[in-house]
Formats: sequence, structure tokens, C-alpha cells
Amino acid sequence: MVIGDVQKDFLLAVEGLTVSFDGFKAVNDLSFYVDENEIRVIIGPNGAGKTTVLDLICGKTEATSGSIKFRGQELTHMTPNQIVLAGVGRKFQTPSIYDDLTVFENLEISYPRGRTVFGALTFKRDAAVRERVEAVAETIFLKDRLHTSAELLSHGQKQWLEIGMLLIQEPALLMLDEPVAGMSVSERVKTAELLHGIIKNHSVLVIEHDMKFVEDIAHKVIVLHQGRILSEGKMDKVKNDPKVIEVYLGH
Amino acid sequence: MNENARLFDRSELMALAALALLLLVILPLGLDVFRLNLVAKYLTYAFVAIGLVLCWGCGGILSLGQGVFFGLGGYCMAMFLKLEASSVANTKIQSTPGIPDFMDWNQLTQLPFFWQPFHSLTFTIVAIFAVPAIFAFIVGAALFKRQVGGVYFAIITQAIAAILTILIVGQQGYTGGINGITDLRTLKGWDIRTDQAKFILYFVEVAFLFATVVAAQFVRRSKLGRILVAMREKEDRVRFSGYSVANFKIFAFCIAAVFAAVGGALFTLEVGFMSPSFVGIVPSIEMVIYTAVGGRLSIFGAIYGTLIVNFAKTSFSESFPQLWLFGLGALFIAVVLAFPNGLAGLWRDYVQPRLDPLLLGRSAAAAKWAGRSVADGAAAE
Repeated sequence: MVIGDVQKDFLLAVEGLTVSFDGFKAVNDLSFYVDENEIRVIIGPNGAGKTTVLDLICGKTEATSGSIKFRGQELTHMTPNQIVLAGVGRKFQTPSIYDDLTVFENLEISYPRGRTVFGALTFKRDAAVRERVEAVAETIFLKDRLHTSAELLSHGQKQWLEIGMLLIQEPALLMLDEPVAGMSVSERVKTAELLHGIIKNHSVLVIEHDMKFVEDIAHKVIVLHQGRILSEGKMDKVKNDPKVIEVYLGH
Repeated sequence: MNENARLFDRSELMALAALALLLLVILPLGLDVFRLNLVAKYLTYAFVAIGLVLCWGCGGILSLGQGVFFGLGGYCMAMFLKLEASSVANTKIQSTPGIPDFMDWNQLTQLPFFWQPFHSLTFTIVAIFAVPAIFAFIVGAALFKRQVGGVYFAIITQAIAAILTILIVGQQGYTGGINGITDLRTLKGWDIRTDQAKFILYFVEVAFLFATVVAAQFVRRSKLGRILVAMREKEDRVRFSGYSVANFKIFAFCIAAVFAAVGGALFTLEVGFMSPSFVGIVPSIEMVIYTAVGGRLSIFGAIYGTLIVNFAKTSFSESFPQLWLFGLGALFIAVVLAFPNGLAGLWRDYVQPRLDPLLLGRSAAAAKWAGRSVADGAAAE
């Protein structure tokens, strides 16, 4: 078996990933692989290291050892903005949007053009930008709120806006940290619908606690416990794994 | 949407016209040359305040060391003027004729190497822009690339202001020490001390001020301006949307430095000297207060804030010299606590809604308030 081929097959290959904070291993020798157009969900009890995994992939936290390969490119030594340019987008746990800007302006900032200082200074809001912003706004159910200040949106709409800010970036891999936290039931249904639309041309890595939502969207699930993989596979298999029931689902 | 294509929207054009009327007609006609020169002196700080609107108001980068850049610009100008005033003919009684008087008093016998290029006006003008920009770039790159921000950044800028003051005071032979560089006389043979020269320089300065307003507005209106606001709000979101946050902060800090330096250079021309008392911690903090009082999100607010605080300073410090600093401190606390958007915020919330129906017509005003973008000056409560 040629290792180069294996790496090409996967969109994201995480191998032997470890991060240690003053001796505490938040993520410990973690390996997993994500295919193109796959929805992968990471679940696990609080403190399992789920968010840290996303932090490591997007460059917010530096790995102690191990490798993260995205389309064969090693991410562990790249800066956060280089990782974004490589095609990885990340949504934070609490909605991270710009309250003082309008929905349109929030989306426009993530539009993948004019990302250098002088590019931003000479950036023109042309028809292409407008069309793209409007198209994304429609996808995230905010078409009629484009010129509203983002601070006036509901919590669920803020989550959607942040997902929209990722979509406009056109990443190959979207990482979402608890996208339905704090959402109403109807908003959850709409979000699931949104994610199903998104995976037609993206891979998605999701952290989520809501089991019903996980069952609804996941292709494969990883259960993380104390920085290690406790169980991995289809939802049905994972759900009936006695170890998983003991540490997580049993509660 | 269309309003984004234009540099100034309608109410901003009116503000611009009102400012032009005040600075170009009312003040020159209403004040004698002495008072007008005082206004000119105050306005030099407005350049600093406009820079702070971009850097601090929009970008959230609080610099407590803008006096450094004001001083760098001012000293560049002063060095040129001092060399011109220290011709061999003017300084023949010195033991070494042809060098500035304070160097002679400090037993220097030749002009230091870094003074040499300031014989050239062209070099001086380039230096007024380049020296503060390069210095701000070095400081900004050193700190922002390491993700030093917020209070730590403010403290370090303050330390730099203190260090530069000590350096200038300590190196008397090279800098003129605590007295600064004084007795400046002519600019390319044109006597800058006459009333007529002061009158002309006032208009030159106002022209520079308007150019600065346009430049600042251009930055704020661009996507870069919105990214600055976004960085102030959620720095990590900007970073993980593919931007190098450090580069944008460096840019904002550099442009604020250049504006401050232009103000400093004009100060030297208007007032006829430059000294370390405009570089240190206290003047740097005062400059932040001008911006805060005027409204840290408003370019025009910053100009009015500078003028009003300085007028107040002149009148109060004449009658109650001991109390003035306490008054200034109290004013700053009051602004931060009670009206964080300063005078511009009060104007926007209380005056403009009443003024718009009169000026724009009722329906236009209603439409404007309905479709208003929060980022475009109507920002952050």
C-alpha cells in the first residue's frame, strides 16, 4: 500500500494528533479520516476535547505532536489565514458575528476576495459580490434581513449567519461547533435541512450534543472521551456500544 | 446600497460643508490673528484625533502614545527649520558657526550625521510621513504579530512615549533637550513669524485637514474600514475568515501615526517650536480624550471635540490652573460612563433626528432612518 495514495483519498487525515497543556493531554494520539462530501459528527461528554480538535485543525491551538493533512497539505505549521485559504472554514460555539455590521456586510467580509490590506482598501462591491451575498442569504433564510444590523437577529439567525459566512468563503471542509445549540425546535429542523443542502458540495465536521439532530445528519460518528476515540462508526453501532452508553449516552 | 458607492453620504456632506464654513469663513473673519493662530494650534491635534478615530474608534486599538508620532513629525519639521535658521551668517558668534545654537552650547563641533539630510526640504517632507510610518510599523509588527493587544498594547505605547521623552530630554546636544527646538524663523526664506504668514499657514493647515478627512473617510468607507470594525467586535472571527489580523492592525496604527505626524509638522510651523512636552504621556492621553469627547466613531466629532476641549483648556487653565487637570479627568470619566459615543453620539441621537426633516424633507428622512447601516457612523450603542 502506498501511503501517498491513502492521503489523496481522504479530504482530511488526522494522525496521532496530541496536544498537551502543562502535561494535561486534552487530545491524545487521535487519528481519524474524513471523506469528500461526508458529514462527520464528533460527540462526547464535556471536556472530552471536541472543541480542542477543531481548534487544532483551524490553527487556533498548536499541536504538540501528530499531523493534520488536508488534501495532502500539512496544516499543523500553517497560520490560521493560510488554513482558511487552503479551504477549511470554522464556526465557533457561540455565534461569532459582527454585531455592528449589517447582515450584508457580515457576509461580504467573508467573501473570498480582497483579503490583504490593500485588497481590502480597493475592494469594490460589484454585481458578483452582491449576487453571491444574496444567494447565500437566501440559503440561510436571511434574504429579507440583509440590511438589518446583525445585533438585532435572533440567536438562531445569528447561528445561520455564521454558517452563511462560512459558505460564502467556499471552503471544502466546514467545521461547525454546536450549530443548533440554543435553537428552537423549528429552527433545528431548518438547520438540518440547511446542512443537508450544504453537504452536496462540502464535507462537514460537526460537534453536537443534540442526539436527535446527530442521528438526523450524521454519516459517521466519533465518540470522544478524555481526548481519545472511544468509539467510531455509524450512529446505530455507536449508540449500542456499551462503552459509549456508560460514559456518555447513559446520562 | 448606492450610498456605499459614494465617499460621503448626504448628511456627511452637510457636516463637511458646515465644517468648511466654520473653518474657512466664520473663524478667519471673526477672530484676530492671535486667536486664529490659537485655533490653528488646536487643529493640529485634530489630525491626531482623526487618526485615533480609525485606530481606536473603528479598530479598537487604543494607543496612549500618539504624542510620539506627533513629536516625530514635529521634530522632523523643526530640524529643517532650525538648520535654515542656523546659517553661518546667523550664528557667527558661536564657537562653531553654522550648527544649531543648542549644539554649540553643548560643545558639539559638527552637525550630527542624522541632522545632515534635513538640509533638504524634500527629504524633510518625505521624512514627516516615512519616519512615523516606519516606527509605527516596527512597533505594530513586533506587538500585533505576537497577538499583543488591548490594555497591554496601550501600556506599551505609553511606555514608548515615556522612553522617547526621556531620550529627547537626555540627549540635549542632539535634540535641544527639555527646551526643544526653538527660535525657528523662516521656511525657504519666508518668515513664518509674521501675522500674514500665520494667516496663510492657517489656510494651508485647513487644506491638509480636509485632505486628511477625505483620506480617513476613504479608509472607513472601504471594506478595510468594515474589517476594522469587525476586528474590534470579534477578532477571532476575522482571523478565521482568512485575514491576517495583525496586518490590518499594523495598517490602522501606521495610518494613525502618519496623520499624527502631519499634525505635528504643522504644529511646528504654526507655533514656531517643538519640544518634548508634546511627546510624553500626558499629551498623548489628552489626545485620546479629545477623540473620546468628540466621539470616537466620528471623524467630524473628533475635530469638534479637539476644538472644544482645547478652548475649555485655554479658558479654564487661565482662571484655575490647578483645577484644569482634574476637570479634564472628570470630563473623560463622564464621557466614558455617560455618553460613550461623545458629542457625535449626542448629536446623532438628539439633534439629527430633529434636523433631518427640516433639511431633507420628511419622507427622505424617514427612508434614511429606516435603511440606516449601523456601521456607517450610527454604530455601537
